[in-house]
Amino acid sequence: MKYLTVNGIKILFSNEKNILEIMKKKCIDIPTLCYHKELSVYGACRLCIVEVEGRGILPACSTLPENAMQIRTNTERIKEIRKIIIELMLANHDRECPTCAKSETCSLQILSRRFGIDEIRFRNVTNKKSKDSSTYSLIVDPSKCVLCGSCVRFCDEIQGIGVLDFMNRGAQSKICPGGNNMNLLSSGCVYCGQCIRVCPTGAIVPKSEVNYVWKALSNPNKKVIVAIAPAVRTAIGEVFGLSDKNGTKIAGKIVSALRYIGFTKIFDISFFADMTIVEEANEFMDRLEKMKNIPMFTSCCPAWVIFVEKYYPDFIPNISSCRSPQGMYGSVVKKIMPKILGVSKENLVVVSIVPCTAKKFEARRHELSKEGIADIDYVLTVHELVRMIEESGLDFRKIDISSFDMPCGFKTGAGIIFGTSGGVTEAVLRNIMNNNGKCDKDVIDANKFTRFDFVRGDEGLRKVKVNLNGKDLNIAIVHGLKNASKILESIKSNDNEKDKYSFVEVMACPGGCVGGAGQPIYKNLNVRNARTKMLYENDRIIKFHNPQDNLYVSKIYKDHFGNPGSKQACEYLHTRYKYAKKFKKVFEIYRPLNDDYVKINICFGNNCIQKGAKDILKHIVKFIENNNYENNIGISISICLEKCSKGPIVTVAEEVIEFCNFELAEKTIIKKLRDKIRG
Amino acid sequence: MKSNITKFEMIYRILEDNSFDRSKLVPILQVVQKEYGYLPEEILDFIASSLDISYSKIYGVATFFTYFTLQPKGKHIIKICTGTACHVKKSTDIVNIIKNKLEIKNEEFSSKDNLFTIETVACLGTCGLAPVLIIDDNIQGKMTSDKAVNLVDAILKQERSK
Repeated sequence: MKYLTVNGIKILFSNEKNILEIMKKKCIDIPTLCYHKELSVYGACRLCIVEVEGRGILPACSTLPENAMQIRTNTERIKEIRKIIIELMLANHDRECPTCAKSETCSLQILSRRFGIDEIRFRNVTNKKSKDSSTYSLIVDPSKCVLCGSCVRFCDEIQGIGVLDFMNRGAQSKICPGGNNMNLLSSGCVYCGQCIRVCPTGAIVPKSEVNYVWKALSNPNKKVIVAIAPAVRTAIGEVFGLSDKNGTKIAGKIVSALRYIGFTKIFDISFFADMTIVEEANEFMDRLEKMKNIPMFTSCCPAWVIFVEKYYPDFIPNISSCRSPQGMYGSVVKKIMPKILGVSKENLVVVSIVPCTAKKFEARRHELSKEGIADIDYVLTVHELVRMIEESGLDFRKIDISSFDMPCGFKTGAGIIFGTSGGVTEAVLRNIMNNNGKCDKDVIDANKFTRFDFVRGDEGLRKVKVNLNGKDLNIAIVHGLKNASKILESIKSNDNEKDKYSFVEVMACPGGCVGGAGQPIYKNLNVRNARTKMLYENDRIIKFHNPQDNLYVSKIYKDHFGNPGSKQACEYLHTRYKYAKKFKKVFEIYRPLNDDYVKINICFGNNCIQKGAKDILKHIVKFIENNNYENNIGISISICLEKCSKGPIVTVAEEVIEFCNFELAEKTIIKKLRDKIRG
Repeated sequence: MKSNITKFEMIYRILEDNSFDRSKLVPILQVVQKEYGYLPEEILDFIASSLDISYSKIYGVATFFTYFTLQPKGKHIIKICTGTACHVKKSTDIVNIIKNKLEIKNEEFSSKDNLFTIETVACLGTCGLAPVLIIDDNIQGKMTSDKAVNLVDAILKQERSK
């Protein structure tokens, strides 16, 4: 066994990759702003420096441990260097701490307190840079950024998107989505908000909607309904120093608090998760029977849905058309509650409390509204719920427990486990297996319900196989969008029998909703695992485990929607998706001076290039020049028109030509020119 | 009107020459910069998609190296050294005087007619000749404000007589 000596004490280690990891395991917290276990080592903040005998001062995060190393972590010299580093950061930091959303949880603030910094010896050189609040989900404030690069690495390494990167250099460096006029909205951001979780300061924070909710609550004409997502109850206790084995106690406290704050009805989104499963399982069986749009992708994670819409539009038909539990909550409540509460639809305010920042965007989707009225009015994260509780002056630790309102407060264990990766799959299996036959991997629990816990786990990409009535179904369970890309690419290439999936569950955030960006920030994976465990424990003690056993769901179906998949259900419980273009820019080959011309757009995505887009472009340009059409036709190149399987793609005045060739292009151009002349 | 097809084919050729390899991003950008004098945004976008890397990453690289510029450069490029030796010999005054002369605002680099671009460089390694200035690759040492204005005037006269 190898060992090192830290401050004179022997510490054993085995295969840790750096000194910092060893220290963490032995409960010595070396300060750092840029180190995250799941990300690559970056060494930007230099706060984790330690003195190594014979080698001088080294950063613990990027130093390999060697046998018999002598390390000191708290010498006078190191302490002074750390102090200077923090002071320099603070001198270049927008120190509006009392008004910062990250106040009290900000790592920079905590370190400054820890190192007893009572004076900053350097002149303040902050120049306020403009905030980016273009999206519904997050606010980026470069003036509070310490350039640790955690967000940049997370977006690139775990999500595989790389929306954020550094621009400029030296004192001018800042993080941004690229481009002079570019903001998060016009970038490829999917609003998962994991950058918020890894940001040590308040440079990236969720956009707060607390004030709007207070305003609605204080309006006597309005009735405000609220619902909490399954994962919320697992994490809020961390903020108030409460622990709970299965989350029911904390859920009860949240209900009391919300009632005290003034919400009319308090529901559980787990109820709508049950409903989602009933609808989604029905859709899945239907697709499986017709072998249409298989594999089916889950639709409950809004960041994943946007990801497909922006990056893999080919797969849009594969996403389940069922709304997410939040989407169902909005439409069901706006349909049934006005009558029950005796208010008009306009005066009913629907609020959801979720562990997610992308849900804020989802609530504003045009598809989730009826006659111009949004189904969900406001979306709060757990941070915002904590703020509301604090603002109302409640002592959350001592508050009583009360229960959710009916009918939408009743749930089964299937709805509860929605909050973790693998939960949706497990819930779907519980539904279809118990309805449609036996599975060969049945595990009968002490509680005598059929569990499908082989889908559980922590790995980002899990593959399982179940047998449904003699037919093998391949299922993939994924968290993290880079893993999702892997699955999508393997489905695209379609050459491996193993990659023929029937059902794919994707959650954008590592761990699923329990690890969402709206949750209290966790740095240690154990915290996330504890949250997951809490959900499974809750499922274990609850009376019903199969979504189809939720009597209230059945009742709402009976009263309002008929059967799953019915016309009414389609109207209220399903949604549509659309191709969201990543970039608006196109490369213009040729553009006539007047604006009235026929637009030709040629796809130059990788696929179309391989299929001869280059020759087609050349041919079209020649064709136009030979026939003197220059004044009536404009040509531009699009990077990808996202119909890769049907390439090469050319559009002529909105008409899409699939499998384009020379004759087809010429014929369509002449046709469109004639149409134009005829007016 | 002339089409952009040659321009497009050139970028495509540049990408092909580098076998669409994302690790060759910097050489690719160098060639583009050489061909155009700057990096047009629509081309960066096309390169990003073709190499399957995010736009922000390319933008980051393009803004990191001073060699790359996102604005079109002027016909004549004036580089003025602001390294320590030149700075002590008041090279910033020369920058200001030339900018004044060419009516270039503080935050801008190029004159309105795009005839001149002014760049400041950290050190040209000829500190003995401080302050140093380079006009169109001609190194001019021991510069004074008057001399600099004369040099610019000479080029202006040449351009006008064309």
